[in-house]
Amino acid sequence: MRVVLAEDLFLLRDGLVRLLEAYDFEIAAAVESGPELTRALAELQPDVAVVDVRLPPTHTDEGLQCALQARRERPGLPVLVLSQHVEQLYARELLADGSGGVGYLLKDRVFDAEQFVDAVQRVAGGGTAMDPQVIQQLLSRRAADDRPLAHLTPREREVLELMAQGRSNTAIAGQLVVTERAIAKHTSNIFTKLGLEVSDDDNRRVLAVLAYLDRDH
Amino acid sequence: MNSNTKNDGLRTRVGDMLLAAGRGFVLAVVSLPLAVLCFTLAAVSIALVPAGLGIFTTPPVLTGVRTFANWRRVLAAEWSGVRIPVKYRPIPEGADPWQRTVMMLGDTATWRDLRWLLVDMTAGFVTALLPAVLVFYPLEGFVLAAGLWRVISDAEGGPYWYGFVPVDSQATAFAAAALAAVLLVVAYRFTPALLTAHFRLTRAVLAPSQAELTERVRVLTETRRDAVDTSAAELRRIERDLHDGAQARLVAMGMDLGTVEALLEKNPAKARKLLAQARQNSAEALEELRDLVRGIHPPVLAERGLGDAVRALALRLPLPSEVNVELPGRAEAPVESAAYFAVSEVLTNAVKHSGAERAWVDLHHTDGMLRITITDNGKGGAVIGAGSGLVGVERRLGTFDGVLAVSSPAGGPTLVTMEIPCALS
Repeated sequence: MRVVLAEDLFLLRDGLVRLLEAYDFEIAAAVESGPELTRALAELQPDVAVVDVRLPPTHTDEGLQCALQARRERPGLPVLVLSQHVEQLYARELLADGSGGVGYLLKDRVFDAEQFVDAVQRVAGGGTAMDPQVIQQLLSRRAADDRPLAHLTPREREVLELMAQGRSNTAIAGQLVVTERAIAKHTSNIFTKLGLEVSDDDNRRVLAVLAYLDRDH
Repeated sequence: MNSNTKNDGLRTRVGDMLLAAGRGFVLAVVSLPLAVLCFTLAAVSIALVPAGLGIFTTPPVLTGVRTFANWRRVLAAEWSGVRIPVKYRPIPEGADPWQRTVMMLGDTATWRDLRWLLVDMTAGFVTALLPAVLVFYPLEGFVLAAGLWRVISDAEGGPYWYGFVPVDSQATAFAAAALAAVLLVVAYRFTPALLTAHFRLTRAVLAPSQAELTERVRVLTETRRDAVDTSAAELRRIERDLHDGAQARLVAMGMDLGTVEALLEKNPAKARKLLAQARQNSAEALEELRDLVRGIHPPVLAERGLGDAVRALALRLPLPSEVNVELPGRAEAPVESAAYFAVSEVLTNAVKHSGAERAWVDLHHTDGMLRITITDNGKGGAVIGAGSGLVGVERRLGTFDGVLAVSSPAGGPTLVTMEIPCALS
């Protein structure tokens, strides 16, 4: 799988290259600025882009803007955005086109190499990988003013959180150490309680969850 | 040598006198029609504002008046060393004619200019012309004594008045010359001073009044002290947070890693546990640093500016809120930061104390003012006063001449309005 990587700090870029290569990704390019990223995405047509939000020359949200622009030109281009901080505002912008294949994670999620690589693969496969922080913020806020969420059992809330991050039932079962069948039961309960349409497609499932959590009050 | 210097001194004095007379003459001749023209145009233009036409003519006319006044400020400084401070309120780039008109008419300096035009075309004209008169009038006295009196009295058939002397004979003509000589001495002594007096008069009318400046100094001193206090407190908080938080965690992490090194061979299970603990500590240190950064300069504010920063802030609030932003550009970083933290504090107050279910934030920029209104549907009763977080907000805004107004009747709703004068880029 060919990856274009954009990160301006040498230490992190170097570390990410080594990490991804260790998991058999092919690094098509590792760049350090917005314009370079835009060029690399257009010329190399990678399978997935891993992008830092803040990049030179502006050192603002150049990376995010480049990624959004690239996705407008090539809809569905898988992009995993890394950041020192996560903001729902940016998460919404990434999810706005509804075509999936996006991820938005805190940089320190890289500490857990396997989960990080899993996130890259999920995004490359057209799924989503939303940072638990984004999901928790959404959930806690919904819980304050929304009845259906209050009806969920603690276990169902856990499942909902993992589902909203973009994990499949198999992955959720693995993480919570229960059978996949149990998770399937939980998810169908959640869908019923929240009034969401059931879908087999991972990506649509997450978008449905997020749409519910984020929908205007 | 001695008499040479004396001669030189005399020559310079005479030169000064003639220069001052010439300058006064030019000043009087040029500025009278210009002052009359400026005043008439301004008066007509302002009178036409209600009719609509004035909106388009007033800004250029008043700009002309300002140029004229500034030209006189320059002359005052160059010719007599009289410095007249300029204090016009800045007008933002790209303001429409209506905003320009309103802002210019709202500026006390505009009205000071207009009052000065009236003074300039009367007392100003006289004080400018006087040095010229004092220098040139004596010449007539000498010419009369030299024989001109005969020609004139033949033509007029009666006495010709030079000052208070009726000239009708050689004797009276000499008397006129004597008066001329006295006038010349007066001119020699006072001409430059008279021109300076003209510019002093200009300064008296055109310069902002002392009371205004004193009040301004008082406000600036106070807000500067507040700003220094606030930033010192902020630095103490940051230092304490780092010391008790991230720094302590990194130390703990280092100790854990040291122990892991020692345990690696003997007790791998224990080492693994400590490694997990170290990783946990590093994650928490990061989390604390992140919060700290958010408290100093929120990332979205740095990346996107005030509008999106407030949107992001609203998304993190536990209560649903609507944010409306109409900002065509970005304010200066310190202003953005002050506005952001002011909004953040007011919203935090609303969440903690008001019991509100919803909040509305509106940001827009008009007439050189950043205006922010924050409304909640809580129980009201918020006041600016001792112990209230709103005092801090008021101080924060005060540094930038911003103001805060709170309307919060018991039973709600609470409406907080902030205004900060600033230009957008």
